[in-house]
Amino acid sequence: MLITCPYCGPRDVIEFTYQGDGNRERPDPASQNFEAWNAYVYDRLNPAGDHNEIWQHSGGCRAHLRVVRNTLTHEISSVAFVRGDHSSAARRKAEDKP
Amino acid sequence: MAERQSPLEPELHVGSHGNFEHGVEILLTETRPGSIVQLAAWPGEEKKLIAAIRGVTGLALPDGAGGGLSDGVKSVFGFAPGKFTVTDEAEGLAAAFAKPVTPAIGTVTDLSHGRTAIRIAGPKAEWVLSKFFAIDFALPAFPVGAGRSTTHHDVFAQIQRTGTDQFDIYVFRSFARSFWEALCHASEEVGYEVQ
Ligand SMILES: [Zn+2]
Repeated sequence: MLITCPYCGPRDVIEFTYQGDGNRERPDPASQNFEAWNAYVYDRLNPAGDHNEIWQHSGGCRAHLRVVRNTLTHEISSVAFVRGDHSSAARRKAEDKP
Repeated sequence: MAERQSPLEPELHVGSHGNFEHGVEILLTETRPGSIVQLAAWPGEEKKLIAAIRGVTGLALPDGAGGGLSDGVKSVFGFAPGKFTVTDEAEGLAAAFAKPVTPAIGTVTDLSHGRTAIRIAGPKAEWVLSKFFAIDFALPAFPVGAGRSTTHHDVFAQIQRTGTDQFDIYVFRSFARSFWEALCHASEEVGYEVQ
Protein backbone atom coordinates (compact mmCIF):
# COMPACT_ATOMS: atom_id res chain seq x y z
CA MET A 1 0.00 0.00 0.00
CA LEU A 2 1.30 3.42 -0.99
CA ILE A 3 0.29 6.69 0.67
CA THR A 4 1.02 9.84 -1.30
CA CYS A 5 2.27 12.29 1.31
CA PRO A 6 1.48 15.88 0.23
CA TYR A 7 5.09 16.78 1.07
CA CYS A 8 7.13 13.66 0.23
CA GLY A 9 5.16 12.07 -2.58
CA PRO A 10 4.25 8.36 -2.81
CA ARG A 11 5.79 6.30 -0.01
CA ASP A 12 5.44 2.74 1.24
CA VAL A 13 3.04 2.20 4.13
CA ILE A 14 5.95 1.08 6.37
CA GLU A 15 6.97 4.75 6.64
CA PHE A 16 3.61 5.67 8.19
CA THR A 17 2.02 5.19 11.61
CA TYR A 18 -1.75 4.87 12.01
CA GLN A 19 -3.00 7.47 14.48
CA GLY A 20 -6.59 6.36 14.65
CA ASP A 21 -10.08 7.05 13.43
CA GLY A 22 -10.39 10.52 11.87
CA ASN A 23 -14.10 10.80 12.68
CA ARG A 24 -13.68 11.13 16.44
CA GLU A 25 -14.48 14.44 18.05
CA ARG A 26 -12.73 15.03 21.33
CA PRO A 27 -15.01 16.62 23.95
CA ASP A 28 -13.80 19.73 25.77
CA PRO A 29 -11.22 18.52 28.35
CA ALA A 30 -13.37 20.06 31.11
CA SER A 31 -16.49 18.28 29.89
CA GLN A 32 -18.29 15.97 32.34
CA ASN A 33 -20.49 14.57 29.59
CA PHE A 34 -19.75 10.87 30.03
CA GLU A 35 -21.74 9.87 26.98
CA ALA A 36 -19.64 12.19 24.82
CA TRP A 37 -16.44 10.77 26.32
CA ASN A 38 -17.70 7.23 25.88
CA ALA A 39 -18.48 7.94 22.24
CA TYR A 40 -15.04 9.50 21.73
CA VAL A 41 -13.24 6.50 23.18
CA TYR A 42 -15.38 3.59 21.97
CA ASP A 43 -17.85 4.43 19.21
CA ARG A 44 -16.55 3.59 15.74
CA LEU A 45 -18.34 3.61 12.41
CA ASN A 46 -16.48 0.53 11.11
CA PRO A 47 -17.56 1.18 7.51
CA ALA A 48 -17.14 -1.23 4.61
CA GLY A 49 -15.85 1.44 2.25
CA ASP A 50 -14.34 4.91 2.57
CA HIS A 51 -13.01 5.67 6.06
CA ASN A 52 -11.56 8.92 7.45
CA GLU A 53 -8.23 8.19 9.14
CA ILE A 54 -5.32 10.04 10.73
CA TRP A 55 -1.85 8.84 9.76
CA GLN A 56 1.57 10.23 10.60
CA HIS A 57 4.42 10.11 8.10
CA SER A 58 6.64 9.07 11.00
CA GLY A 59 9.41 7.67 8.81
CA GLY A 60 9.51 10.73 6.58
CA CYS A 61 8.50 14.37 7.05
CA ARG A 62 6.64 13.48 10.29
CA ALA A 63 3.54 15.47 9.24
CA HIS A 64 0.13 14.30 10.46
CA LEU A 65 -2.18 13.49 7.59
CA ARG A 66 -5.91 13.20 7.00
CA VAL A 67 -6.35 10.12 4.83
CA VAL A 68 -9.48 8.62 3.24
CA ARG A 69 -8.88 4.88 2.82
CA ASN A 70 -11.29 2.31 1.44
CA THR A 71 -11.45 -0.52 3.98
CA LEU A 72 -12.43 -3.03 1.26
CA THR A 73 -9.83 -2.20 -1.39
CA HIS A 74 -7.16 -0.18 0.52
CA GLU A 75 -7.55 2.44 -2.18
CA ILE A 76 -6.58 5.87 -0.87
CA SER A 77 -8.76 8.57 -2.36
CA SER A 78 -7.42 11.63 -0.54
CA VAL A 79 -4.48 12.75 1.61
CA ALA A 80 -4.11 16.19 3.21
CA PHE A 81 -2.18 17.83 6.04
CA VAL A 82 -4.16 17.69 9.30
CA ARG A 83 -2.94 21.19 10.11
CA GLY A 84 -4.42 22.53 6.89
CA ASP A 85 -2.75 24.09 3.93
CA HIS A 86 0.90 25.05 3.99
CA SER A 87 2.68 27.80 2.09
CA SER A 88 3.93 27.12 -1.42
CA ALA A 89 7.39 26.48 0.04
CA ALA A 90 6.00 23.49 1.91
CA ARG A 91 3.91 21.95 -0.81
CA ARG A 92 4.97 19.62 -3.57
CA LYS A 93 5.24 21.26 -6.93
CA ALA A 94 2.71 20.03 -9.48
CA GLU A 95 5.44 18.64 -11.76
CA ASP A 96 6.85 16.58 -8.89
CA LYS A 97 3.64 14.63 -8.58
CA PRO A 98 3.69 11.05 -9.84
CA MET B 1 34.88 23.60 20.43
CA ALA B 2 35.68 20.09 21.55
CA GLU B 3 37.32 17.94 18.92
CA ARG B 4 34.83 15.51 17.50
CA GLN B 5 35.57 11.83 17.15
CA SER B 6 34.07 9.84 14.32
CA PRO B 7 31.54 7.20 15.38
CA LEU B 8 32.61 5.25 12.27
CA GLU B 9 36.27 5.02 13.19
CA PRO B 10 36.54 1.35 14.24
CA GLU B 11 34.81 0.34 10.98
CA LEU B 12 36.28 2.95 8.62
CA HIS B 13 38.90 1.12 6.58
CA VAL B 14 40.47 3.37 3.94
CA GLY B 15 41.14 1.56 0.65
CA SER B 16 39.38 -0.57 -1.96
CA HIS B 17 37.08 -3.40 -0.93
CA GLY B 18 34.73 -6.00 -2.29
CA ASN B 19 34.50 -6.92 -5.94
CA PHE B 20 36.79 -4.18 -7.31
CA GLU B 21 38.88 -6.15 -9.85
CA HIS B 22 37.15 -4.25 -12.68
CA GLY B 23 37.37 -0.90 -10.86
CA VAL B 24 35.48 0.59 -7.92
CA GLU B 25 31.99 1.86 -8.69
CA ILE B 26 31.24 3.37 -5.27
CA LEU B 27 33.15 5.90 -3.18
CA LEU B 28 32.25 6.16 0.51
CA THR B 29 33.37 9.07 2.70
CA GLU B 30 32.44 10.65 5.98
CA THR B 31 32.15 14.34 5.11
CA ARG B 32 32.32 15.60 8.72
CA PRO B 33 30.68 19.03 8.28
CA GLY B 34 31.50 21.47 11.08
CA SER B 35 27.83 22.47 11.39
CA ILE B 36 24.56 20.59 10.93
CA VAL B 37 21.58 22.74 11.85
CA GLN B 38 17.85 22.12 11.68
CA LEU B 39 15.55 25.12 11.17
CA ALA B 40 11.78 25.12 11.59
CA ALA B 41 9.36 27.94 10.76
CA TRP B 42 6.11 28.52 12.59
CA PRO B 43 3.11 28.24 10.23
CA GLY B 44 3.02 31.26 7.93
CA GLU B 45 6.63 32.27 8.68
CA GLU B 46 8.28 30.04 6.06
CA LYS B 47 9.21 32.86 3.67
CA LYS B 48 11.00 34.78 6.45
CA LEU B 49 12.95 31.67 7.40
CA ILE B 50 13.93 31.08 3.77
CA ALA B 51 15.11 34.72 3.61
CA ALA B 52 17.19 34.16 6.78
CA ILE B 53 18.79 31.07 5.20
CA ARG B 54 19.71 33.16 2.18
CA GLY B 55 21.10 35.92 4.40
CA VAL B 56 23.34 33.57 6.40
CA THR B 57 24.44 31.10 3.71
CA GLY B 58 23.95 32.98 0.43
CA LEU B 59 21.92 29.98 -0.79
CA ALA B 60 18.53 30.77 -2.38
CA LEU B 61 16.18 27.81 -1.77
CA PRO B 62 14.15 26.77 -4.79
CA ASP B 63 10.37 26.63 -4.37
CA GLY B 64 8.65 23.36 -3.58
CA ALA B 65 8.81 20.46 -1.15
CA GLY B 66 12.22 18.88 -0.63
CA GLY B 67 13.91 21.62 -2.68
CA GLY B 68 17.54 22.39 -1.94
CA LEU B 69 20.99 23.23 -3.21
CA SER B 70 24.65 23.05 -2.32
CA ASP B 71 27.65 25.18 -3.21
CA GLY B 72 30.10 22.48 -2.15
CA VAL B 73 30.77 24.16 1.21
CA LYS B 74 27.30 24.96 2.48
CA SER B 75 24.16 22.94 1.76
CA VAL B 76 20.47 23.37 2.46
CA PHE B 77 17.35 21.32 1.74
CA GLY B 78 13.75 21.06 2.92
CA PHE B 79 12.91 17.82 4.72
CA ALA B 80 9.39 18.55 6.02
CA PRO B 81 6.79 21.33 5.72
CA GLY B 82 8.51 24.53 6.88
CA LYS B 83 11.62 22.63 8.04
CA PHE B 84 15.13 22.71 6.63
CA THR B 85 18.53 21.14 7.22
CA VAL B 86 21.52 23.45 6.70
CA THR B 87 25.14 22.31 6.81
CA ASP B 88 28.48 24.08 6.58
CA GLU B 89 32.07 22.83 6.48
CA ALA B 90 32.81 25.45 9.14
CA GLU B 91 31.56 25.45 12.71
CA GLY B 92 29.31 28.15 14.15
CA LEU B 93 26.27 27.96 11.85
CA ALA B 94 23.76 27.68 14.71
CA ALA B 95 25.17 30.84 16.30
CA ALA B 96 24.93 32.65 12.95
CA PHE B 97 21.21 31.75 12.70
CA ALA B 98 20.38 32.66 16.29
CA LYS B 99 19.91 36.34 15.46
CA PRO B 100 18.01 36.35 12.13
CA VAL B 101 15.74 33.44 13.14
CA THR B 102 13.87 35.29 15.88
CA PRO B 103 11.54 33.39 18.25
CA ALA B 104 8.62 34.83 16.24
CA ILE B 105 9.90 33.21 13.02
CA GLY B 106 10.89 29.75 14.21
CA THR B 107 13.49 27.58 15.90
CA VAL B 108 17.16 26.69 15.44
CA THR B 109 18.41 23.26 16.57
CA ASP B 110 22.13 22.53 16.49
CA LEU B 111 22.62 18.88 15.44
CA SER B 112 26.34 19.16 14.59
CA HIS B 113 27.20 16.52 17.18
CA GLY B 114 23.98 14.54 16.77
CA ARG B 115 24.18 13.50 13.13
CA THR B 116 26.81 11.78 11.02
CA ALA B 117 27.14 12.71 7.35
CA ILE B 118 28.05 9.94 4.91
CA ARG B 119 28.67 10.58 1.22
CA ILE B 120 28.06 7.87 -1.34
CA ALA B 121 29.27 8.64 -4.86
CA GLY B 122 29.86 6.79 -8.09
CA PRO B 123 28.00 5.25 -11.02
CA LYS B 124 26.33 2.64 -8.77
CA ALA B 125 25.22 5.06 -6.00
CA GLU B 126 21.55 4.93 -7.06
CA TRP B 127 21.74 1.14 -7.31
CA VAL B 128 23.17 0.67 -3.82
CA LEU B 129 20.82 3.18 -2.15
CA SER B 130 17.82 1.51 -3.81
CA LYS B 131 18.58 -1.58 -1.69
CA PHE B 132 18.06 0.52 1.45
CA PHE B 133 15.28 2.99 0.80
CA ALA B 134 11.89 2.60 -0.89
CA ILE B 135 12.12 5.90 -2.74
CA ASP B 136 12.81 6.82 -6.36
CA PHE B 137 16.49 7.75 -6.80
CA ALA B 138 16.26 8.39 -10.57
CA LEU B 139 17.46 11.86 -11.51
CA PRO B 140 14.09 13.19 -12.82
CA ALA B 141 12.34 12.17 -9.57
CA PHE B 142 15.19 13.20 -7.28
CA PRO B 143 16.99 16.18 -8.83
CA VAL B 144 20.43 17.49 -7.81
CA GLY B 145 20.17 19.61 -4.66
CA ALA B 146 16.87 18.09 -3.50
CA GLY B 147 16.40 16.45 -0.10
CA ARG B 148 14.34 13.47 1.09
CA SER B 149 13.35 12.18 4.54
CA THR B 150 13.02 8.43 4.74
CA THR B 151 13.85 5.38 6.87
CA HIS B 152 15.91 2.23 6.68
CA HIS B 153 14.76 -0.33 9.26
CA ASP B 154 13.69 2.44 11.65
CA VAL B 155 16.96 4.31 11.15
CA PHE B 156 15.75 7.73 10.11
CA ALA B 157 17.76 9.24 7.27
CA GLN B 158 17.85 12.56 5.48
CA ILE B 159 19.32 12.33 2.00
CA GLN B 160 20.46 15.18 -0.23
CA ARG B 161 21.53 14.62 -3.80
CA THR B 162 24.67 16.74 -4.18
CA GLY B 163 25.61 15.52 -7.65
CA THR B 164 24.31 13.39 -10.52
CA ASP B 165 26.06 10.38 -8.97
CA GLN B 166 26.43 11.65 -5.41
CA PHE B 167 24.26 11.59 -2.28
CA ASP B 168 24.90 12.91 1.25
CA ILE B 169 23.11 10.89 3.94
CA TYR B 170 22.52 12.25 7.46
CA VAL B 171 21.84 9.59 10.09
CA PHE B 172 21.66 9.64 13.88
CA ARG B 173 25.19 9.49 15.25
CA SER B 174 24.32 6.52 17.49
CA PHE B 175 23.11 4.49 14.46
CA ALA B 176 25.86 5.69 12.13
CA ARG B 177 28.32 2.83 12.58
CA SER B 178 25.80 0.07 11.92
CA PHE B 179 24.40 2.00 8.96
CA TRP B 180 27.94 2.46 7.62
CA GLU B 181 28.64 -1.26 7.93
CA ALA B 182 25.43 -2.05 6.07
CA LEU B 183 26.39 0.44 3.36
CA CYS B 184 29.79 -1.24 2.98
CA HIS B 185 28.18 -4.68 2.70
CA ALA B 186 25.70 -3.41 0.11
CA SER B 187 28.57 -1.90 -1.94
CA GLU B 188 30.69 -5.07 -1.95
CA GLU B 189 29.16 -6.54 -5.11
CA VAL B 190 30.13 -3.50 -7.23
CA GLY B 191 33.47 -2.75 -5.55
CA TYR B 192 33.88 0.27 -3.31
CA GLU B 193 36.58 2.54 -2.04
CA VAL B 194 36.61 4.23 1.36
CA GLN B 195 38.40 7.58 1.29
ZN1 LIG C 1 5.88 13.08 4.29
